Amino acid sequence: MSLKHRAGSVCFENVTKIFGDVKAIDNISFTIEPGHLVTLLGPSGCGKTTTLRMIAGLEHPASGRIMIGGKDVTSLPATDRDVSMVFQSYALFPHMSVAENVAYGLKASGMKKNEAMEKSADGLDLVGLAGYGHRLPSELSGGQQQRVAVARALVLEPEVLLLDEPLSNLDAKLRRRVREEIRELQQKIGLTAVYVTHDQEEALAVSDRIIVMNRAVISQEGSPRELYEQPASTFIADFIGDANLVDADIISTSENRAEVAVSTLRYSLALRDFKIGRVKLAVHPSAIRLSLICEGSQGLKGNVRRATYLGSQMQYEVDCELGCLFVVDFRVDQAIPIGSDVSISFSDRGLALVDTD
Amino acid sequence: MRHSFIPWLLLGWVGFLLLPWYLLEDGFWSFIWVTDGYASDMDYAPAILQGLVGERTWLLPLIFPLLIPLRLLSLTKSDPRYSRYLIIAGACGLSYLLVQGFAIGVSGWQFMGLTSLFGELELQQYGMGYGAALCGLSFLVLLTTGLAASGFLKGDVFVTSSIGLVIALVGLFVFFPVSQILLSAFISPDDLFTPMLFVEKLSSNNIWSLSCLNSGYACGIAWNSLALAISTAVLTTLLGLAFALVITRTGFRWKKSLRLLTVLPIITPPFVIGLALILLFGRSGVITTFVADLLNIEPGRWLYGFPGVLFAQVLSFTPISFLVLIGVVEGVSPSMEEASQTLRANRWKTFINISLPLMRPGLANAFLLSFIESLADFGNPMVLGGDFEVLSTEIFFAIVGAQNDQSYAAVLAILLLAFTLSAFFIQRRWLGKKSYITVTGKADSGTYMGLNPGMRRLCYSTVIPWAALTVVIYGMIMFGGFVKSWGYDNSFTLQHYSAAFAMSWGDVGIIWEGAAWDSLWTTLTISAIAAPFTALVGLLTAYLLVRQQFKYKEVFEFGTMLSFAIPGTVIGISYILAFNVPPFELTGTGIILIICFVFRNMPVGVRGGIAAMSQLDKSLDEASLTLGANSLTTFRRVILPLLRPAIIAALVYSFVRAITSVSAVIFLVSADHNMATSYIIGLVENGEFGIAIAYCSVLILVMLTAIICINLLVGQRRLRRTPSNTPSPRKTSFSSSTLKENQA
Repeated sequence: MSLKHRAGSVCFENVTKIFGDVKAIDNISFTIEPGHLVTLLGPSGCGKTTTLRMIAGLEHPASGRIMIGGKDVTSLPATDRDVSMVFQSYALFPHMSVAENVAYGLKASGMKKNEAMEKSADGLDLVGLAGYGHRLPSELSGGQQQRVAVARALVLEPEVLLLDEPLSNLDAKLRRRVREEIRELQQKIGLTAVYVTHDQEEALAVSDRIIVMNRAVISQEGSPRELYEQPASTFIADFIGDANLVDADIISTSENRAEVAVSTLRYSLALRDFKIGRVKLAVHPSAIRLSLICEGSQGLKGNVRRATYLGSQMQYEVDCELGCLFVVDFRVDQAIPIGSDVSISFSDRGLALVDTD
Repeated sequence: MRHSFIPWLLLGWVGFLLLPWYLLEDGFWSFIWVTDGYASDMDYAPAILQGLVGERTWLLPLIFPLLIPLRLLSLTKSDPRYSRYLIIAGACGLSYLLVQGFAIGVSGWQFMGLTSLFGELELQQYGMGYGAALCGLSFLVLLTTGLAASGFLKGDVFVTSSIGLVIALVGLFVFFPVSQILLSAFISPDDLFTPMLFVEKLSSNNIWSLSCLNSGYACGIAWNSLALAISTAVLTTLLGLAFALVITRTGFRWKKSLRLLTVLPIITPPFVIGLALILLFGRSGVITTFVADLLNIEPGRWLYGFPGVLFAQVLSFTPISFLVLIGVVEGVSPSMEEASQTLRANRWKTFINISLPLMRPGLANAFLLSFIESLADFGNPMVLGGDFEVLSTEIFFAIVGAQNDQSYAAVLAILLLAFTLSAFFIQRRWLGKKSYITVTGKADSGTYMGLNPGMRRLCYSTVIPWAALTVVIYGMIMFGGFVKSWGYDNSFTLQHYSAAFAMSWGDVGIIWEGAAWDSLWTTLTISAIAAPFTALVGLLTAYLLVRQQFKYKEVFEFGTMLSFAIPGTVIGISYILAFNVPPFELTGTGIILIICFVFRNMPVGVRGGIAAMSQLDKSLDEASLTLGANSLTTFRRVILPLLRPAIIAALVYSFVRAITSVSAVIFLVSADHNMATSYIIGLVENGEFGIAIAYCSVLILVMLTAIICINLLVGQRRLRRTPSNTPSPRKTSFSSSTLKENQA
């Protein structure tokens, strides 16, 4: 099927949204480049879905400006915007066949019936559902319904495709497959897509860039790698990386390196604008090395409080002077039993200095 | 199309240039006016000719608001002048239309001041007709389109216009007449404003006397009405609860038949129960004579008066309270009762402490509904009241009877309105505050606990005899028409049916000889016209209420629900007062009956629509909007098809209610447009019970047939193709995620 290449950009300028007397979105600004897949990530209630619905035109901001494809659409209703959306519940019209569902938007925008049906068949073909057109949505599996919802949004050749937690109704296995399919399709067509999720692994897997939101504001924005490896705040470190947050001290700084002391351990880390003194250090669970304690062990002393076998990895909770650390270890065949005294060290690839917030 | 207002503007021009401006004596749809000198005869002429030739020059200024929008054809929507011009055109047109209509009536100027200002007016004008109606509609839509263009409601023309239209209709056909009644209560026969007279009439002994407590005289009608309403409400609520408990919490064998009882009141004209009671318990009733013979006593006339009316009302309204309570009783989650039992409460304690409190909103609802119904009931007190007078019948006699005291009727109507409105408010306030949500949407397995033996015996002993009585009563209605003369000559006859429904073959086909055909055809036609309008207005309002956010929505909702709390007799006289004179001169036409039905039954369509629409996942609408469909298309292509069950309910309900209603109708019928119910009341007043009963049974059969036909016509929602093996789900929620589960 030939889908035209007309990806548009999305731009928010100082947008605020108020429900009653609650600020759902508090003065946020961001820009999404054409052809990128950007994820809005955050805990529930952070305002990510509201942001998406404002792009769609289903909500209107109290103040600020929204631009799509360079045009100001702030006061334009959903009907007149060149975006389409895949809903969390898919929102397939239960009384129309799959083909009619996909053709609905085309017909609504004035396309002739048989032309619309033809294009609808193309759309279904694109998502691998050729031949399912005559069925009712209720006769499809969850994954298939999801793909119909995507096809219905894609055939309109929107400037921006919006996806509202599109995988949350699928089981874990299917979720992995469908997210790869969506990513593949998005890159093949070169669409601009905005994707809302609360699942950080999903966000890391599909995104070009991630906008992390918390309490109605943008917490941090960046590529998946930036967010994971250089979290700017304890919130991001915790939310994206499940990182352990431990107290540390900057002993000395030079150029853009900092000498950091964690208890008796010393590390040299990339320095952002931190001063000498007490800081928080984010330690990724996989960056912690445990070994059974023996003569001459260098690390911190700790004791394994809990050990969980998960097949491909071991998860430990280890008590030590820094507090209780959460550790992921892929050496499953050298599992450490509960109650063992261990020596703890960090690999400096998984450490980051963060702002406390 | 570039401008959505163009068709509406054309409509206005058609109304102004082509259609007869005034109401036509022979009716518009007879089209006599087309052949009978349309343009030349000033009775039939459109506004433009009325103004230029017929010297009704005051109509000519209406051309300006129709000209202004033409200026906009070259402008774009975003031009600020676009919305301003439309608003000016619409608002000016609409207000000038109303002002000239009210200012000039059948006897020239309507207000003294105008006569002294402009001098006597030679010409007069009649009620507005289709030409004026189209112009008014056109102005209204121009106004709302303009408002939408200036950013109202996110600029949605369809939503703005719908809201404007509903407000205009409800204002014209609910608030305007009711305000007329309020006014007329303060006005003496010689057109003077006399608030003292109102106070005097309101405090009349006739209304508030308490002498029945300590002497043989009758009590005031206000006390009568209240006593009756409270007794009826208490009894029906208890009986309804007993029915609901028997169905949900016992192993009773004929549950399904009991459920059928809930359908009965819908298809029963309100005085039919009274009629059947007369046949059973009246002076010459079957049971009365049997008991009198057996005990050798004089047959009593206890039926005529308070006990009889109460009896009939409880019979009539128990099914309604049952209908309300069954939903609530079923809504109490079994797992709550199970939880209580695992916490070592026995069945009795569980029932008293858990189930009953959870049913409280249902009980209150049932009570208040029966209370309102009883106050508003006209048929039963009419048939069985005797000397026992209540407000609703007294209003009727104040207008129709020898006294013909309009302002007294208005005072009574205000009193009745005050009672029902207070009940309505109490119901909304009291229930609005508490949340008793027990249906959570999570699948709830578990079974209802049974009643404890004492309760079960109590329920059985009330429900079974009552159900049996109901069956007997409906038996009487079905077969009573075949008996020559009840109590005196019980032989079989067809004479009642032939008197009412005889037909024969004549030269030009069937000749409808029976006396009842006229009123039956009128009833069916008018009900059939009213039903789709009621459903449309009701569902549209429900859509606006559920799916759209706008300021003062509560006021809007209250306005649309208000007519539910206004008793039929009050509506009846308020329509007479409001629509007997220009500019809205509708009495004596069939249109006034249609309008009356539409706005009386609309609240039920609204309620049904709201209930059904709340089950539709909002993301379905939003999906449609983001796919580029506007809100009109969304309403038409997505919402309406999914609302089929609600549409059926609204159609059936409004059709059937139009057939069975008496109270408002009895004021509004005319020789040309007589309705079945008022015809039957006439028969009852003349003592022709046989024909009356025969007619009633025919009506019930007609309604049953109609219900079946509407069901077939509108058809089913086709949502899934599972023909036999899955039981049809009782409640279907249409979020797609549940659909997904369903297909598993």
